[in-house]
Amino acid sequence: MHITDILVTGEPIIYGAMVSIALVTIAILFLLTYFKKWGWLWREWLTTVDHKKIGIMYILSALVMLFRGGMDALMMRVNLAFPELGFLSSQHYNEIFTTHGTIMIIFMAMPFLIGLMNIIVPLQIGARDFAFPYLNAMSFWSFFIGAMLFNISFVIGGSPDAGWTSYTPLSGAAMSPGPGQNFYLMGLQLSGIGTLATGINLMVTILKMRAPGMKLFHMPIFTWSTLVTCFIIVFAFPILTVALALLTIDRVFGSQFFTLTGEGLPMMWANLFWMWGHPEVYIVILPAFGIFSEVIATFAKKRLFGYSAMVWSMIIIALLSFIVWVHHFFTMGAGAFVNSVFSISTMLIAVPTGVKIFNWLATLYKSKIEFTVPMLWSLAFIPSFILGGVTGVMLGMAAADYQFHNSYFLVAHFHYVLIAGTVFACFAGLVFWYPKMFGHKMNERIGKWAFWLFFAGFHICFFPQYFLGLDGMPRRLFITNIAEWLPLNVISTGGAFLMGVGFVVFVYNVYYSFRYSERETTGDSWNGNGRTLEWATTTPVPYYNFATVPYVDEIDPYVRMKEEGKTTFDESQLKPIHMPSYTGAPIIMMSFLGLASFALVFEWIPVAIFGLVGGLVMMILRSFDYDDGYYVKVDEIKRIERKARGL
Amino acid sequence: MAKTDKRVPMNHVIGFVLSLVMTLVAAWAVIGSNLSTTWVIIFIMILALLQAGVQLFMFMHITEAESKNGHVPWNMMFHGFALAAILVAGSLFTMSFGFDHGEHGNHGGEGEQHEQMDSEEHSSH
Repeated sequence: MHITDILVTGEPIIYGAMVSIALVTIAILFLLTYFKKWGWLWREWLTTVDHKKIGIMYILSALVMLFRGGMDALMMRVNLAFPELGFLSSQHYNEIFTTHGTIMIIFMAMPFLIGLMNIIVPLQIGARDFAFPYLNAMSFWSFFIGAMLFNISFVIGGSPDAGWTSYTPLSGAAMSPGPGQNFYLMGLQLSGIGTLATGINLMVTILKMRAPGMKLFHMPIFTWSTLVTCFIIVFAFPILTVALALLTIDRVFGSQFFTLTGEGLPMMWANLFWMWGHPEVYIVILPAFGIFSEVIATFAKKRLFGYSAMVWSMIIIALLSFIVWVHHFFTMGAGAFVNSVFSISTMLIAVPTGVKIFNWLATLYKSKIEFTVPMLWSLAFIPSFILGGVTGVMLGMAAADYQFHNSYFLVAHFHYVLIAGTVFACFAGLVFWYPKMFGHKMNERIGKWAFWLFFAGFHICFFPQYFLGLDGMPRRLFITNIAEWLPLNVISTGGAFLMGVGFVVFVYNVYYSFRYSERETTGDSWNGNGRTLEWATTTPVPYYNFATVPYVDEIDPYVRMKEEGKTTFDESQLKPIHMPSYTGAPIIMMSFLGLASFALVFEWIPVAIFGLVGGLVMMILRSFDYDDGYYVKVDEIKRIERKARGL
Repeated sequence: MAKTDKRVPMNHVIGFVLSLVMTLVAAWAVIGSNLSTTWVIIFIMILALLQAGVQLFMFMHITEAESKNGHVPWNMMFHGFALAAILVAGSLFTMSFGFDHGEHGNHGGEGEQHEQMDSEEHSSH
C-alpha cells in the first residue's frame, strides 16, 4: 500500500491544512525538546489523576475543537454568501457540515462542560477528588483520542459526509463506501466510552463524597445540574453505543440492520439515534442552566430564587427528555396519532423550562446587579435563549413542522438554543471559575469586547436564518445562488465572522491575562461575593482541595461562614490525607484502543486485533494493580496551608 | 482498598466461563443446529435469560442485601427496566407503521391510505 492511498489528495485547502498540521506538530515537538519539557509533560499532565488538571485538559481540548468547528462554520458561510466564488466543492461542503456538527456537539460542548464539572463539582461538595480518579483519567484520554481520531479524517482517508446524524441508508456501506463514515463511528464510539464512565464517576462522587451534613437539597445548583446530567448520560449513552455498534457491524462485517435489501430498517437508525440524541441535547443544556444559576445568584448577591423549583424542573426536564425523540422526524410519516403524542410531550418541556426562566428573573428582581463578564454572558443568555425556545415550540407542533422541517428555520432554532445556552454558559463558566483554575482573573475590559463582538455576531448570524428558512432555504444546501436568499446570507456570514473575531479576542485575553492580570491573593475572587464551597478554598487550590472538610447543613454555606468569620481550615483537626497516585496506564490503554479504532476505520483486522489485545492486557494489569495511593503528611499540609493562607 | 482480598474470586471465574459457554451455544444454535426457527428463537431467549441471571448473581451485587453502605440494587434495576420499556415499547409504537411484507398486507395498506389522506389534506390548505 502506498501512502497516497490513504491521504486525501486534490484539494488545495486540505494541502494547506496538512502543511499547517505538520508545521504545528514540528513546532510543538521542537519546543518541548528545546525547553526539556518532556518529563514535565509526562509527570504533571499525561499521567495525572487530579480532577483539576484533567478538567483543564478537557477545557483546552474543547477550545481547540471550538476553533476547528468554527473554521468549518466560516468556510460554509463563505461558500453560502459567495456562491460564484467556487470556494468549496460539493463533496467538501458535505464533509464540512458533517464534521462541524459532530465536533461542536460531541467534542466541544460536552468536553467543555465536563471539564468545568471536573474542576468545580468536587470543590463545591467538599470532596478531595473523584470517586474513581483512575477512571477519570481514562475517560479523558478516551475522549481525547476519539476526538483526534475523528479530526485526522480530513487529511487521512477523507471525512464523513452524511451529516452529524449519519442517517442510514446514506451512511451505509452501499452509499458511503470508504473510510469516512467509519471515522465517525469509531471516533464517537471511543469517546462515548469516556463520557459514559464520567457519568458514572460523577454520579458516585456526588452521591457518596459530599461534605458531612450536606444533604442532596443543600447542594449547589451546578452540582445538582451535574447529577441530573449524569443520570441522563448513564441512561442515554448505551443507546448510542449499541446503535453505533450495529452500524459498524453493518459497514465492516456486512450485516443488514439498517439496509432495506436485507430486510433491515433504515429509519430504525434515526429512531435509535434520536433516542440518544434528544437526551444528548439536555446533557449539554442542563449544566449550562446550572452555570447560569450560579453566576446570576453570585452577581445578584442573593440566594437563587426558588431553589427547589429549579431542582425539580431539571429533574422533570430529564424525565421528559426521554419521551420526545420522535419530534426530530415527524416527517417520517408515523401517522397523526404518534406525531400528536410526541408533539404534546415536546410542548410540555416548555413548562419546566419556563419555570427556570422566571426563577432567574425573580433572582434578578430588585437586586443590585454587578455587570461582570460572566454576568453579561448570563444576562444575554436569557432573551436569546427564549428566542430559541419559542421557535422550538413552533417546531414541536407536528403539523407546522412539515413546513419548518430541514429548513434554515430549524438551523437557526438549534443554534439559538445551543449557542445562547451552551456556548454562552461555557464562556460564562470559564471566566467565572478562571481564577480558581489559574490563580488570576481574565481581563474585564477585553472580556467585555469579546462578549459584545460574539453576542452581536451571534444575532446577526442566526436571526436572518429564521427568515431564510421561512423563505424555503433547506439546510445542508450547497447551491445557493438564488437571488432572494442572497442578501440575508451575506448578512449572516458577516455575523459569523464577527463571532470569529469575538473568539479571537477571547483567546487573546487568555494570553493577556496570563501576562498582566493581578495574581489572586484570596480564594474568594469576585469581590467576596462567592456563595458556595469552591470559593472557600485557597487560590491556587492545593492538590488535596480541603485540608479539613467543613460541616455543611445549608444552601450557600460560604455566605454564613464569612459572616461568622470562619474558614474551612481547622489546624487542630488535621489528619493525614489519602490521595491517589498518578499513573500512565490510562493513556497507554486508550492509545491501544485508539490504534484498534484507527485500524477498524480502514478495516485492517490484524492491526485492530493487536490494538484490542493491547487494551485488554492493560485492563488485566489494572485488575492486579494494588496501588492504594499515598498519604499526605500533616506537616506538609500545614506548610502548604500556612503559605496559602498567609498564617 | 487497603484490605483487598487477594484470593482468586471463584464466583467471577465460574461466571465468566458460564457466560462464554452460553454465548457459544447460542451461536451454535443459530449457525450449526437443525432446529426450526421458532425453536431457535425460544432456545436463545432461554439462554439470554440464563445469561442475565449469571451476570446478576455472579458479577452484580444482587445477592448483597442492603450492606452497610446502603446499597440497593433494585433501585437502579428498576430504572434499567423503565428505560428498556421506553426503548422497546417506544420503538414499536413509532416504527410499526406501513409494514408490508406481503403477509399482513391489510394492516399496512390501511396505514398507507391514511398517509395519503393526510397528505391530501395538507395540500388542500
